[in-house]
Order: sequence, then C-alpha cells, then structure tokens
Amino acid sequence: MSLLRLALLSLWNRRLTAILTILGIALSVTLFLSVEKLRTGARDSFANTISGTDLIVGARAGDVQLLLYSVFRIGDATNNVTWESYQDIAARREVDWIVPISLGDSHRGYRVVGTTTGFFDHYRYRRDTGLRFADGAAFDDLFDTVVGADVAAALGYAVGDRIVVSHGTGRGSGAEHDDKPFRVTGILAKTGTPVDRAVHVSLEAIEAIHVDWQGGGRVEGLQIPAERVRNMDLTPGTVTAALVGLKSRITTFRFQRFVNGYEEEPLTAILPGVALSNLWSLVGVAERALSAVSLMVIVTALLGLVTTLLASLEERRREMAILRANGASPRTVMALLTAESGMIALAGALLGLGFLHILLFALQPLLDSRFGLYLKVDPPGLREGAILAFIVLAGVVAGLVPAWRAYRRSLADGMSIRS
Amino acid sequence: MRAKWTRTDRFSRLNDADHDPSTQALSIRDAAFSWEGGFGIEIAEFDLSARERVLLLGPSGGGKSTFLNLVAGIAPPSRGRIDVLGTDIGRLRGARVDRFRVDSFGIIFQMFNLLPWLSALDNVLVPLRFSKLRRGRVADARGEAARLLGALGIDAALHGQRAGTLSVGQQQRVAAARALIGGPGIVLADEPTSALDAANARAFLDLLGAELEAARAALLMVSHDETLAGAFDRVVRLDDIARVTGSAAA
Repeated sequence: MSLLRLALLSLWNRRLTAILTILGIALSVTLFLSVEKLRTGARDSFANTISGTDLIVGARAGDVQLLLYSVFRIGDATNNVTWESYQDIAARREVDWIVPISLGDSHRGYRVVGTTTGFFDHYRYRRDTGLRFADGAAFDDLFDTVVGADVAAALGYAVGDRIVVSHGTGRGSGAEHDDKPFRVTGILAKTGTPVDRAVHVSLEAIEAIHVDWQGGGRVEGLQIPAERVRNMDLTPGTVTAALVGLKSRITTFRFQRFVNGYEEEPLTAILPGVALSNLWSLVGVAERALSAVSLMVIVTALLGLVTTLLASLEERRREMAILRANGASPRTVMALLTAESGMIALAGALLGLGFLHILLFALQPLLDSRFGLYLKVDPPGLREGAILAFIVLAGVVAGLVPAWRAYRRSLADGMSIRS
Repeated sequence: MRAKWTRTDRFSRLNDADHDPSTQALSIRDAAFSWEGGFGIEIAEFDLSARERVLLLGPSGGGKSTFLNLVAGIAPPSRGRIDVLGTDIGRLRGARVDRFRVDSFGIIFQMFNLLPWLSALDNVLVPLRFSKLRRGRVADARGEAARLLGALGIDAALHGQRAGTLSVGQQQRVAAARALIGGPGIVLADEPTSALDAANARAFLDLLGAELEAARAALLMVSHDETLAGAFDRVVRLDDIARVTGSAAA
C-alpha cells in the first residue's frame, strides 16, 4: 500500500470537509483566473482598439493626445490638417489607402465623425476584424449617416430615422444643425471600440452643415437650404486627422519621419500600437490594482486550506499515533499531510480551471456583445499552468504548517493516544 | 518464481535467527525518561525473554504508557540502556528508530487501534508498508493477513469491511492480527482488553496466545487488571521495577 493511497483513503474518509475545501479553492482559482482573463482581455481589447492602420496623421501634437482625439474621440485637436497637405500625403507612393477624420460636431453627446466610406473598409480592430453593418449600409447621399452600435442602442435608432447634428462637442450646446437633418442608413455591429459611440457622416456633409456657419455660430441672416447646398463645392478646407495604410510596412518609419518633417505645416504621425501601449501604461494602475485583488483572493483561499487542515488535525491525532506505532516516521506523517494539502490544492486548481472554462464558454458571447470585451477561450496556456503550479506548491507549503504541528505532536503524543 | 524462492529462503533464515529462544527479547538497565512537562519514569531493571509473556501491572496514570513509549523507542531514554532483540535502541536515531520499531514490535492499543477508513485486511497490512524485514517474511501478504484474521476469529466476510464499522472486540482482534503479521519478535499491548468484558477479554487473550505461540513472539502487556494474570508466564508490578518522577499528575 503506497503512501499516496493512504493519504487518498484518509482524505476520502473526510470527504465532506475536503470537498468543501476543494470547492473553496476552486472558486478562488476561478475568480483569480477570471480576473486575470478580464485583465488581459481588457488590455488586449484596448491594444486592439485600432489595428491594420499603420500611421495616424494629425496636426503637431503628442502621441497620446493625437491617439486620444483621433481614435478615442476624447478631447479636441488643437489644430487641423489642411486639405492640401492631406491630398499631398494621400498622393504619396507608399500610401495604400488613407481615410480622413473630421471632428467637431456631436449628436446628443456622441461625437460626429466626418469621414469617407473607406473608413468602413479599412478600420480594423481586434487583430484584423473589419467593421460590419448590423443593419443597412454605408452612407451614400450627402445627408446619410451611419451610427455606431451604442448610439443606436442608447437612442433607439433604426435605419431610416432622421437625426439632427449639434454644433460643437459639448452636450446640449444648443446650436443645432436642425435645418439639415440626417437619415440613418446604416447601423454598425458592436465592436467594443469607440466606433460604437460615434455618428459617421461623409466629409462633405461636415462641410455642408457648416456652409452658413462661421466661428461657432450661424451667420446672421444667412440660411442656405439643404437642397441648394448639394450644388455647392463641398471640398473641405481641413481635416482633423487621417488614418493611413501603407503598401509595405517596411516603409512605416521612413514615412513617419517624412510626415513629422513635413515642410508645409507641422504634422505628427504616430504608430497606433506604440501610442496605445503608451496610453495603457497610464491607465495600467487599475490593471495592477486588479492583480493585487486577485492575488489576495488566492491568499485567502490558501489560508482557508491551512485552517481546514489544522482543524482536521485534532481528529487525526489517533491516525498519526497508529501510523507512528506501525513504523511511520514523523517525516512520513509530515509527508502524508503535505501530500494531502497538495492534492487538495491540485484538485481545487483543476476544478477552478474547469469552472473558468465553463464560465468563459457561457459568458463569452454576452461579454462580447454587451461590453465589446472579447475573451479568447484557449486551452490553458503556460501562464495558467504556472499559476496552477504555484497554487499547488503553495498548497504543499501551506500543508507544512499543520504538518509541523503534527510532527511535534506525534512526538509528544507517543503511543498514548486514547481518545 | 525466483522472487518467491528468495523470499521463502529469507523467511526461514530470519525466522531462525530472530526467534532463537536463547536471545533476550528485551532488557532494560537503569533507564530514565521524562516528558517536557517534567513527568517521567526511571526503570532500574527489566527483562523479557524471547517468547515469554509478561503482564506489567500498574494503576492508571502510573507511567505504564510512558514505559511502553520508552521500550518502543518513541521516547528516547535520557540515560541507561534499553536492548531490544539485541539492539540498543538508545543509539538509533531518527527514522532508523521508526524502522526498528516496526521491524521488532507489533503494537496493540487500548482502543481506537485501527485506521477506520481502511478495510480490516488493509489495516493488518499497514506494518508491512513500513517494515521491509516483516514484509520479507511473508510471501503472500494478503493471504497471511487473511489467515491471521481467520485464526483470530474474524469471519472472511468482514475482511473487506471498513475497520470503523467493526465492533470493539472485532477491532481488537484485527489489531492483534496487525501486531502479529510478519512475525515481529515482541508484541506490545497497552490495555487491549479494557474495553472488553471479562469473557471477551479472556477469549481475546487465548486467541492472541495461540498466535504468539505460532509466531514465536514475546508479549509485554500493560494493564491495571490483575484478573488477567492467568494468561501470562509472569506478572511484574511496575512499582517494583520503576519509579515515577516529576509531577505525577497524569
């Protein structure tokens, strides 16, 4: 009869407590791994807010600032890029595609993005996922608009609805472009990126709603009806930023240098990935806080394991005395106890891993559609393996405390155990 | 087949050497031990011959258990000499004491003798797990365990039953089988009959005696019950050979 079998049978004898302890550890492991998964999922989602775009070009600004207003639509550009520069860059040999972004207006708190239909073709997120229309199609007419999933959900829009764009980005700024309403032609599927919270119109539409405006207010006495605007030249004077895709990624840095040293006006080109990780390092404090919390959960579970083992020790004094009388050394007694705590920790860890995967399978579609948080369900990786190994090791170490007590006690008890 | 041959060979050889009637099973000279609390015992002189059965009488809390701990090497003597089957156990250290203990002794407790979650048969096999010597003496471990259980009056139907479900009397007999398996030179028993009524106690001792005879083992049993004296070769009063030291509260 092996020691392992003795330990297993002894454990089986106390299966109710053991199962509860295993469950406790399993739940903690599940919680820990879920938090880890959410944490890395959030980071990956964030890092994949925009992909497939090689460079973002805007007026001279800091990396993070340009990223914030061009991709996250947070804050405003201090300066714009002239249409001439935009055209110049677009005509460069290295450029495969370019999508302009024109910001400045809003719709009920959501940013309005003036762009081209190329945006829907070239914007990529989550590695290489393109935008998809949940309903309708890209804008075609001057006064067509495509709204993001959150906008449609929050405001209850459907294809065919008419909406009015406000001037400026403050909520309820009062100045409405109510003479030129837009028709919703498309609703984008949920992406989990800022695209969900944007109202997309054509670049010309941005010009169109501003032809009779100047410096943030309607020009007194001038009102050009929507129908007449259609016949006007709606070439924009400036754009806020541009997303650029290059023919070859090898040229990325050279092209970035070219833009940064552009002579006609001060411009900045950023690599979205680099800027995203810079930005993440700013918000990474929250990530570390999450790590700390999940670590505490594990520590609590292990303390619970020690408590259970210590509590079970009392009823096992007899067992220890019998084993000692039959040749088990105190070391064997210690080994039995640590083997037990190791097995409990292992069972808890594996069960926790199982729970996590069940949870992931069950909740993944919901997390994706509701929160745009995409969690990959992969087989446990090296990282999970390392965490589980740590838990088992910690379980064994945790078992050392009661094992040491049992060791001391089995020496002191001798064979005199009678109750 | 070869392995079996070797085992049988070893069995007979060890059997002869270990159970030479001229060998002293146990010899204590001027040994002392005290627990951390101060309670202890001093033994002037005690001998147990091979195959001899001795009843050591003493009142409860009179140091009988400490005496057994000392003999079994669980409590190391602070002075003096304790020879078990020719080995001075005071000189053994660490795990060697534990191995020596299971090699030389079969131990029966007063109560709660068995691991309740193991079957009766598996309980009997426990010493073989820790003693190579005793394992070597038994060619077919399970067969021998079953034979011993049968000889001690445990029905074959009960062999596979969890020890915790057996009656106290049955448990004591399983414990006796465990003490005897693999032929240790000495069986130590700590009031094994105190939970049994007089008739059952007598029956238990008779069965134990028969198996001790077959295994050619000595028996050192401690008890406070003088009525058991008839089943022994010799009766020794603890008071006559030992002195309790320190605060004898226990």
